Amino acid sequence: LWWAHCSPARLPRPPPIPAGSCPVEPCGRRAYAPPAERKRFYQNVSISQGEGGFEINLDHRKLKTPQAKIFTVPSEALAIAVATEWDSQKDTIKFYTMHLTTLCNTALDNPTQRNKTQLIRAAVKFLETDTVCYRVEEPPALAELQKNEWDPVVSWAEKRYNVTIGSSTSILGPNIPASTKETFISHLASYNMWALQGIEFVITQLKSLILSMSLIDRHITVEKAVLLSRLEEEYQIRRWGSVEWAHDYDLCELRARTAAGTLFVHLCSESSTVKHKLLQD
Amino acid sequence: MAALGAPLRTFRALLRELRHAAGRSYRDTPAYRHVLAAFRAHRVTSEKLCRAQQELHFQAATYLCLLRSVREHEALHREYHGKGERSPQEVAGLVGFRLPQQPGGKG
Repeated sequence: LWWAHCSPARLPRPPPIPAGSCPVEPCGRRAYAPPAERKRFYQNVSISQGEGGFEINLDHRKLKTPQAKIFTVPSEALAIAVATEWDSQKDTIKFYTMHLTTLCNTALDNPTQRNKTQLIRAAVKFLETDTVCYRVEEPPALAELQKNEWDPVVSWAEKRYNVTIGSSTSILGPNIPASTKETFISHLASYNMWALQGIEFVITQLKSLILSMSLIDRHITVEKAVLLSRLEEEYQIRRWGSVEWAHDYDLCELRARTAAGTLFVHLCSESSTVKHKLLQD
Repeated sequence: MAALGAPLRTFRALLRELRHAAGRSYRDTPAYRHVLAAFRAHRVTSEKLCRAQQELHFQAATYLCLLRSVREHEALHREYHGKGERSPQEVAGLVGFRLPQQPGGKG
Protein backbone atom coordinates (compact mmCIF):
# COMPACT_ATOMS: atom_id res chain seq x y z
CA LEU A 1 0.00 0.00 0.00
CA TRP A 2 1.26 3.46 -0.82
CA TRP A 3 0.96 4.90 2.66
CA ALA A 4 3.26 2.30 4.11
CA HIS A 5 6.07 3.87 2.17
CA CYS A 6 5.34 7.42 3.22
CA SER A 7 7.65 8.95 5.77
CA PRO A 8 6.01 11.63 7.94
CA ALA A 9 5.89 14.65 5.73
CA ARG A 10 7.28 17.86 7.17
CA LEU A 11 6.65 20.88 4.95
CA PRO A 12 7.96 21.73 2.40
CA ARG A 13 9.02 18.13 1.76
CA PRO A 14 6.33 16.13 -0.11
CA PRO A 15 5.60 12.51 0.90
CA PRO A 16 7.69 9.97 -1.03
CA ILE A 17 6.24 7.91 -3.86
CA PRO A 18 7.52 4.34 -4.32
CA ALA A 19 9.33 4.02 -7.65
CA GLY A 20 7.12 2.35 -10.24
CA SER A 21 4.83 0.30 -8.04
CA CYS A 22 2.03 2.80 -7.56
CA PRO A 23 -0.45 3.22 -10.45
CA VAL A 24 -2.18 6.24 -8.92
CA GLU A 25 -0.37 9.20 -7.33
CA PRO A 26 -2.48 9.92 -4.27
CA CYS A 27 0.11 12.21 -2.72
CA GLY A 28 -0.55 14.90 -5.32
CA ARG A 29 2.95 15.13 -6.75
CA ARG A 30 4.10 18.71 -7.15
CA ALA A 31 6.03 19.83 -10.20
CA TYR A 32 9.34 20.08 -8.31
CA ALA A 33 9.23 16.83 -6.30
CA PRO A 34 12.09 14.36 -6.90
CA PRO A 35 11.57 10.69 -5.93
CA ALA A 36 12.35 9.81 -2.33
CA GLU A 37 14.36 6.59 -2.77
CA ARG A 38 16.17 4.81 -5.55
CA LYS A 39 18.97 2.29 -5.67
CA ARG A 40 22.56 3.46 -5.48
CA PHE A 41 23.73 3.30 -9.07
CA TYR A 42 27.30 4.53 -8.70
CA GLN A 43 30.49 3.22 -7.15
CA ASN A 44 32.67 6.27 -6.73
CA VAL A 45 31.96 9.87 -5.87
CA SER A 46 34.56 12.47 -6.79
CA ILE A 47 34.89 16.21 -7.10
CA SER A 48 36.22 18.15 -10.04
CA GLN A 49 36.70 21.83 -10.68
CA GLY A 50 34.79 23.30 -13.61
CA GLU A 51 34.39 26.81 -14.94
CA GLY A 52 31.68 27.98 -12.56
CA GLY A 53 32.93 26.16 -9.50
CA PHE A 54 33.16 22.65 -8.13
CA GLU A 55 31.21 19.74 -9.61
CA ILE A 56 30.30 16.31 -8.30
CA ASN A 57 30.92 13.16 -10.33
CA LEU A 58 29.07 9.91 -9.70
CA ASP A 59 31.41 7.43 -11.39
CA HIS A 60 31.95 9.19 -14.73
CA ARG A 61 28.63 11.03 -14.79
CA LYS A 62 28.28 14.64 -13.73
CA LEU A 63 25.67 15.24 -11.07
CA LYS A 64 22.77 17.39 -12.25
CA THR A 65 20.01 19.31 -10.50
CA PRO A 66 16.33 18.31 -10.81
CA GLN A 67 16.03 20.91 -13.57
CA ALA A 68 18.94 19.23 -15.40
CA LYS A 69 21.52 21.96 -14.82
CA ILE A 70 25.05 20.87 -14.01
CA PHE A 71 25.47 20.78 -10.24
CA THR A 72 28.08 23.45 -9.51
CA VAL A 73 28.90 24.94 -6.12
CA PRO A 74 31.15 27.90 -5.34
CA SER A 75 32.90 26.42 -2.34
CA GLU A 76 35.20 23.39 -2.26
CA ALA A 77 34.27 22.54 1.32
CA LEU A 78 30.60 22.53 0.34
CA ALA A 79 31.36 20.25 -2.61
CA ILE A 80 33.23 17.87 -0.32
CA ALA A 81 30.31 17.81 2.12
CA VAL A 82 27.84 17.11 -0.72
CA ALA A 83 30.11 14.37 -2.08
CA THR A 84 30.19 12.84 1.41
CA GLU A 85 26.37 12.84 1.48
CA TRP A 86 26.30 10.93 -1.80
CA ASP A 87 29.06 8.57 -0.75
CA SER A 88 27.41 7.70 2.56
CA GLN A 89 24.31 6.33 0.84
CA LYS A 90 24.24 2.55 1.16
CA ASP A 91 21.93 0.34 -0.96
CA THR A 92 19.31 3.01 -1.57
CA ILE A 93 19.72 6.73 -2.00
CA LYS A 94 17.68 8.42 0.67
CA PHE A 95 17.10 11.90 -0.67
CA TYR A 96 15.36 13.03 2.50
CA THR A 97 18.64 12.72 4.42
CA MET A 98 20.66 14.72 1.90
CA HIS A 99 19.97 18.19 3.15
CA LEU A 100 23.03 19.95 1.71
CA THR A 101 22.34 18.50 -1.75
CA THR A 102 18.75 19.71 -1.53
CA LEU A 103 19.85 23.19 -0.50
CA CYS A 104 22.33 23.39 -3.38
CA ASN A 105 19.64 22.23 -5.81
CA THR A 106 17.29 24.92 -4.51
CA ALA A 107 19.97 27.58 -4.87
CA LEU A 108 20.86 26.46 -8.41
CA ASP A 109 17.31 25.97 -9.72
CA ASN A 110 15.45 28.56 -7.65
CA PRO A 111 12.17 26.70 -8.21
CA THR A 112 10.08 29.28 -6.41
CA GLN A 113 11.65 31.89 -8.71
CA ARG A 114 12.14 34.49 -6.05
CA ASN A 115 14.65 37.28 -6.39
CA LYS A 116 16.83 38.65 -3.60
CA THR A 117 14.28 41.26 -2.48
CA GLN A 118 11.49 38.71 -2.26
CA LEU A 119 13.65 36.29 -0.26
CA ILE A 120 14.64 39.02 2.19
CA ARG A 121 11.04 40.14 2.53
CA ALA A 122 9.94 36.54 3.26
CA ALA A 123 12.67 36.23 5.88
CA VAL A 124 11.94 39.50 7.68
CA LYS A 125 8.20 38.80 7.59
CA PHE A 126 8.88 36.00 10.06
CA LEU A 127 9.82 38.57 12.65
CA GLU A 128 6.15 39.49 13.10
CA THR A 129 5.43 35.94 14.25
CA ASP A 130 8.80 35.15 15.73
CA THR A 131 8.70 32.24 18.18
CA VAL A 132 10.80 33.93 20.84
CA CYS A 133 8.54 36.97 20.86
CA TYR A 134 5.35 35.01 21.40
CA ARG A 135 4.90 34.43 25.12
CA VAL A 136 2.30 32.55 27.12
CA GLU A 137 0.83 33.61 30.43
CA GLU A 138 -0.15 30.14 31.54
CA PRO A 139 1.19 27.80 32.88
CA PRO A 140 3.44 30.04 35.01
CA ALA A 141 6.29 27.54 34.87
CA LEU A 142 6.36 27.73 31.07
CA ALA A 143 6.05 31.52 31.13
CA GLU A 144 9.01 31.65 33.49
CA LEU A 145 11.01 29.26 31.30
CA GLN A 146 10.30 31.39 28.23
CA LYS A 147 11.39 34.50 30.07
CA ASN A 148 14.64 32.93 31.28
CA GLU A 149 15.56 31.27 28.00
CA TRP A 150 14.26 33.67 25.36
CA ASP A 151 14.82 37.08 26.95
CA PRO A 152 18.63 36.81 26.69
CA VAL A 153 18.43 35.99 22.97
CA VAL A 154 16.04 38.87 22.27
CA SER A 155 18.22 41.35 24.14
CA TRP A 156 21.29 40.02 22.38
CA ALA A 157 19.61 40.68 19.02
CA GLU A 158 18.46 44.13 20.14
CA LYS A 159 21.98 45.05 21.21
CA ARG A 160 23.77 43.47 18.25
CA TYR A 161 21.56 45.09 15.63
CA ASN A 162 20.67 48.21 17.62
CA VAL A 163 16.92 47.67 17.27
CA THR A 164 13.78 47.36 19.39
CA ILE A 165 11.95 44.05 19.28
CA GLY A 166 10.31 43.23 22.58
CA SER A 167 7.90 40.39 23.22
CA SER A 168 4.17 40.00 23.62
CA THR A 169 1.58 37.79 25.26
CA SER A 170 -1.24 38.97 23.01
CA ILE A 171 -2.51 36.88 20.13
CA LEU A 172 -1.48 39.58 17.68
CA GLY A 173 2.16 39.26 18.59
CA PRO A 174 4.78 41.93 19.14
CA ASN A 175 4.61 45.30 17.48
CA ILE A 176 7.80 45.47 15.42
CA PRO A 177 8.77 49.03 14.49
CA ALA A 178 9.44 49.72 10.81
CA SER A 179 13.01 50.81 11.62
CA THR A 180 13.73 47.35 13.06
CA LYS A 181 12.51 45.71 9.87
CA GLU A 182 14.59 48.12 7.78
CA THR A 183 17.71 47.26 9.77
CA PHE A 184 17.24 43.55 9.20
CA ILE A 185 16.42 44.08 5.53
CA SER A 186 19.63 45.99 4.94
CA HIS A 187 21.65 43.49 7.00
CA LEU A 188 20.32 40.55 5.00
CA ALA A 189 21.02 42.40 1.76
CA SER A 190 24.73 42.02 2.50
CA TYR A 191 24.46 38.24 1.93
CA ASN A 192 24.62 36.73 -1.55
CA MET A 193 21.74 34.85 -3.15
CA TRP A 194 22.95 31.39 -2.13
CA ALA A 195 23.47 32.35 1.50
CA LEU A 196 20.03 33.97 1.53
CA GLN A 197 18.39 30.75 0.39
CA GLY A 198 20.09 29.09 3.33
CA ILE A 199 19.06 31.81 5.78
CA GLU A 200 15.43 31.67 4.65
CA PHE A 201 15.53 27.88 5.04
CA VAL A 202 16.86 28.07 8.60
CA ILE A 203 14.24 30.67 9.54
CA THR A 204 11.48 28.44 8.16
CA GLN A 205 12.77 25.48 10.17
CA LEU A 206 13.28 27.31 13.47
CA LYS A 207 10.19 29.50 12.99
CA SER A 208 12.23 32.42 14.25
CA LEU A 209 14.30 35.15 12.62
CA ILE A 210 15.99 36.03 15.90
CA LEU A 211 17.12 32.48 16.62
CA SER A 212 18.37 32.13 13.04
CA MET A 213 20.43 35.32 13.18
CA SER A 214 21.73 34.29 16.58
CA LEU A 215 22.84 31.00 15.06
CA ILE A 216 24.34 32.50 11.91
CA ASP A 217 26.25 35.08 13.97
CA ARG A 218 27.65 32.11 15.92
CA HIS A 219 26.17 33.36 19.18
CA ILE A 220 24.52 29.98 19.90
CA THR A 221 25.06 26.42 18.68
CA VAL A 222 22.65 24.47 16.47
CA GLU A 223 21.61 22.27 19.38
CA LYS A 224 20.84 25.32 21.50
CA ALA A 225 18.91 27.04 18.71
CA VAL A 226 16.80 23.93 18.15
CA LEU A 227 16.20 23.63 21.90
CA LEU A 228 15.05 27.24 22.11
CA SER A 229 12.84 26.80 19.07
CA ARG A 230 11.19 23.76 20.63
CA LEU A 231 11.06 25.21 24.14
CA GLU A 232 7.40 24.47 24.78
CA GLU A 233 7.76 20.94 23.44
CA GLU A 234 10.75 20.35 25.68
CA TYR A 235 8.76 21.66 28.63
CA GLN A 236 5.91 19.25 27.89
CA ILE A 237 8.36 16.39 27.34
CA ARG A 238 9.94 17.04 30.72
CA ARG A 239 6.49 16.91 32.28
CA TRP A 240 4.89 14.05 30.40
CA GLY A 241 7.79 12.08 28.98
CA SER A 242 9.31 11.69 25.56
CA VAL A 243 7.81 9.59 22.77
CA GLU A 244 10.83 8.39 20.82
CA TRP A 245 9.18 7.80 17.48
CA ALA A 246 7.72 11.31 17.46
CA HIS A 247 9.73 13.64 19.71
CA ASP A 248 13.21 12.30 19.10
CA TYR A 249 12.41 11.79 15.44
CA ASP A 250 11.33 15.42 15.02
CA LEU A 251 14.25 16.64 17.11
CA CYS A 252 16.82 14.81 14.98
CA GLU A 253 15.21 15.97 11.77
CA LEU A 254 15.08 19.59 12.91
CA ARG A 255 18.69 19.47 14.07
CA ALA A 256 19.80 17.95 10.77
CA ARG A 257 18.01 20.54 8.68
CA THR A 258 19.10 23.49 10.83
CA ALA A 259 22.70 22.30 10.89
CA ALA A 260 22.65 21.85 7.11
CA GLY A 261 21.17 25.30 6.59
CA THR A 262 23.68 26.98 8.90
CA LEU A 263 26.66 25.21 7.37
CA PHE A 264 25.35 26.08 3.92
CA VAL A 265 25.12 29.78 4.80
CA HIS A 266 28.62 29.88 6.24
CA LEU A 267 30.21 27.97 3.38
CA CYS A 268 28.48 30.16 0.80
CA SER A 269 29.39 33.46 2.41
CA GLU A 270 32.96 32.86 3.57
CA SER A 271 36.18 33.69 1.86
CA SER A 272 38.81 31.47 3.33
CA THR A 273 42.09 33.30 3.51
CA VAL A 274 44.52 32.07 6.07
CA LYS A 275 46.59 34.96 7.27
CA HIS A 276 50.06 33.83 8.07
CA LYS A 277 51.53 35.92 10.82
CA LEU A 278 55.24 36.33 10.88
CA LEU A 279 56.72 34.19 13.62
CA GLN A 280 59.08 36.29 15.62
CA ASP A 281 61.26 33.97 17.64
CA MET B 1 30.63 33.27 20.77
CA ALA B 2 28.78 30.00 21.30
CA ALA B 3 29.78 27.67 24.10
CA LEU B 4 31.56 24.95 22.13
CA GLY B 5 33.91 23.19 24.51
CA ALA B 6 37.28 21.83 23.53
CA PRO B 7 38.16 21.81 19.81
CA LEU B 8 39.90 18.46 20.19
CA ARG B 9 36.68 16.86 21.36
CA THR B 10 34.75 18.21 18.39
CA PHE B 11 37.55 17.12 16.06
CA ARG B 12 37.59 13.55 17.37
CA ALA B 13 33.79 13.25 17.32
CA LEU B 14 33.73 14.58 13.77
CA LEU B 15 36.29 12.02 12.61
CA ARG B 16 34.24 9.32 14.32
CA GLU B 17 31.11 10.40 12.46
CA LEU B 18 32.99 10.42 9.17
CA ARG B 19 34.15 6.89 9.91
CA HIS B 20 30.53 5.81 10.51
CA ALA B 21 29.48 7.37 7.24
CA ALA B 22 32.30 6.08 5.08
CA GLY B 23 33.16 2.64 6.43
CA ARG B 24 36.55 1.02 6.04
CA SER B 25 38.22 3.43 3.65
CA TYR B 26 37.31 6.58 5.57
CA ARG B 27 40.88 7.84 5.55
CA ASP B 28 40.85 8.17 1.78
CA THR B 29 37.71 10.24 1.63
CA PRO B 30 38.04 13.93 0.70
CA ALA B 31 36.01 14.90 3.76
CA TYR B 32 38.46 13.26 6.15
CA ARG B 33 41.45 14.84 4.43
CA HIS B 34 39.77 18.25 4.38
CA VAL B 35 38.88 18.17 8.09
CA LEU B 36 42.37 17.02 9.03
CA ALA B 37 44.01 19.71 6.90
CA ALA B 38 41.70 22.43 8.22
CA PHE B 39 42.35 21.59 11.86
CA ARG B 40 46.09 21.33 11.32
CA ALA B 41 46.25 24.64 9.48
CA HIS B 42 44.54 26.49 12.30
CA ARG B 43 46.43 24.87 15.12
CA VAL B 44 49.39 27.18 15.14
CA THR B 45 48.34 30.59 16.34
CA SER B 46 49.77 32.97 18.83
CA GLU B 47 46.44 34.54 19.72
CA LYS B 48 44.21 32.99 22.33
CA LEU B 49 41.08 34.34 20.67
CA CYS B 50 41.84 33.68 17.04
CA ARG B 51 38.66 34.49 15.14
CA ALA B 52 39.38 32.16 12.23
CA GLN B 53 40.00 29.35 14.69
CA GLN B 54 36.67 29.98 16.41
CA GLU B 55 34.87 30.13 13.07
CA LEU B 56 36.42 26.84 12.04
CA HIS B 57 35.47 25.26 15.34
CA PHE B 58 31.89 26.46 14.98
CA GLN B 59 31.75 25.11 11.44
CA ALA B 60 33.16 21.77 12.60
CA ALA B 61 30.64 21.59 15.44
CA THR B 62 27.81 22.38 13.03
CA TYR B 63 28.95 19.71 10.57
CA LEU B 64 29.27 17.24 13.45
CA CYS B 65 25.70 18.07 14.49
CA LEU B 66 24.55 17.51 10.91
CA LEU B 67 26.23 14.11 10.53
CA ARG B 68 25.11 12.93 13.94
CA SER B 69 21.50 14.07 13.53
CA VAL B 70 21.19 12.53 10.07
CA ARG B 71 22.51 9.22 11.38
CA GLU B 72 20.17 9.25 14.39
CA HIS B 73 17.21 10.35 12.27
CA GLU B 74 17.83 7.53 9.79
CA ALA B 75 18.10 5.00 12.62
CA LEU B 76 14.82 6.20 14.13
CA HIS B 77 13.18 6.15 10.72
CA ARG B 78 14.32 2.56 10.10
CA GLU B 79 13.15 1.55 13.56
CA TYR B 80 9.73 3.15 13.63
CA HIS B 81 8.65 4.29 10.21
CA GLY B 82 10.45 2.17 7.66
CA LYS B 83 8.96 -1.25 8.26
CA GLY B 84 5.97 -1.07 5.99
CA GLU B 85 2.72 -2.84 6.60
CA ARG B 86 2.25 -5.92 8.73
CA SER B 87 1.00 -9.11 7.09
CA PRO B 88 -2.48 -10.45 8.07
CA GLN B 89 -0.71 -13.18 10.08
CA GLU B 90 1.22 -10.60 12.10
CA VAL B 91 -1.86 -8.49 12.71
CA ALA B 92 -3.77 -11.52 13.99
CA GLY B 93 -0.78 -12.42 16.14
CA LEU B 94 -0.88 -8.98 17.80
CA VAL B 95 -4.07 -9.89 19.62
CA GLY B 96 -3.20 -13.55 20.02
CA PHE B 97 -5.23 -15.00 17.18
CA ARG B 98 -4.13 -17.26 14.38
CA LEU B 99 -5.59 -17.23 10.94
CA PRO B 100 -7.66 -20.35 10.13
CA GLN B 101 -6.05 -22.91 7.83
CA GLN B 102 -8.68 -23.84 5.28
CA PRO B 103 -7.86 -26.85 3.12
CA GLY B 104 -8.57 -25.95 -0.48
CA GLY B 105 -8.22 -22.20 0.11
CA LYS B 106 -10.81 -19.64 1.16
CA GLY B 107 -14.40 -20.41 0.31
